[in-house]
Amino acid sequence: MATPVLDKVEAESAASPYITVTFRIRRFNPEISDAVVWEDFQVSIDPKERVLDGLHKIKWDMDGTLTFRRSCAHGICGSDAMRINGKNRLACKTLIKDLNPEKPITVEPIKGLTVMKDLVVDMEPFFQAYRDVMPFLVTKGNEPTRERRQSAEDRERFDDTTKCILCAACTSSCPVFWNDGQYFGPAAIVNAHRFIFDSRDEAGEQRLEILNDKDGVWRCRTTFNCTDACPRGIEITKAIQEVKRALITRRF
Amino acid sequence: MSADTTSAIGPVKDASFDVDNPAPYIEAPRKRTGKTPRATRGNFEMAAWLFMRLSGVVLVVLVLGHLLIQLFLDGGVSKIGFAFVAGRWASPFWQVWDLLMLWLAMLHGANGLRTVINDYAERANTRLWLKGLLYTATVFTILLGTLVIFTFDPNIR
Repeated sequence: MATPVLDKVEAESAASPYITVTFRIRRFNPEISDAVVWEDFQVSIDPKERVLDGLHKIKWDMDGTLTFRRSCAHGICGSDAMRINGKNRLACKTLIKDLNPEKPITVEPIKGLTVMKDLVVDMEPFFQAYRDVMPFLVTKGNEPTRERRQSAEDRERFDDTTKCILCAACTSSCPVFWNDGQYFGPAAIVNAHRFIFDSRDEAGEQRLEILNDKDGVWRCRTTFNCTDACPRGIEITKAIQEVKRALITRRF
Repeated sequence: MSADTTSAIGPVKDASFDVDNPAPYIEAPRKRTGKTPRATRGNFEMAAWLFMRLSGVVLVVLVLGHLLIQLFLDGGVSKIGFAFVAGRWASPFWQVWDLLMLWLAMLHGANGLRTVINDYAERANTRLWLKGLLYTATVFTILLGTLVIFTFDPNIR
């Protein structure tokens, strides 16, 4: 004979939001084997939670050897870009309910970079390309005693590309970058765009010259993979085309 | 949380690798070299990119006009013969049309294939040979075509 209290508990458990989701994760551990294996994990999870929560549950409760990067876990630090269901996204900004939890959710490291363990890739080539476009303010003359003033319109010109968090979701979704890592890649061009169109900066010409090279903006095939992948919604392909236009129009 | 983890294949322990002797990382093909190549001054890539856009626009007119004349107007494809070609090339207008079409189409196609080779051929040697073959074929076809258009003799025996 059930008491009202028990009834309430049963009703609550029946209405539990938790569902069982299969995470299919691409594993690679060089200390065990040189082979890559896909491993399935059954995780009970609230569909309103994120893929990162699922990865945490696996790492903390099921298999502590699972290796991935994450820092802030709120879509700002750009550490946890990965290929989820074949698309580059941030694990901390992807909800389970947006992914069709009936089917296994595949999680892979981002492509085009050296895989070191599980979901961890070597980001050095990515940051090297970033450093090569001089992502810092360059000016001549004496420093002003106050701040460098800029009109709202001048600021608006490059507003979109200031949003980049350097997660590499765009660069590692670019088919040209997959085949030739020497290409600067969308992220480096976006960050060059941020300074080329900054009215306070004076090295735009230099940056344009760097991107005018064989591995610069002319390798872009406008496949829009980068724009689709960007977790910050930056119109990356548009930014690349604006750099191309600046290169063509600067002398003529 | 359900505790059972089902492995699709399961991690296979390979005896030849351990903590002190790890397997090599999974490298991406043609990854960025440690040192960035020195910037080359020159606008070749920009010129090539611009040429593709401009020649493309001109080629739409030239090729569609060519196809229309050759395949649809005046009885279509059945009218084409030596006499038909000789008749057209008697006029300098069609000579220039065909010459322009030959040069633009060959350079446009060659440049397109060059970018495909640059994008997809992984090894430097493969790229070198494929591009060598491509440039040879392009130069040969352009020169031969130009020679024929300029030295065409309708009274040839």
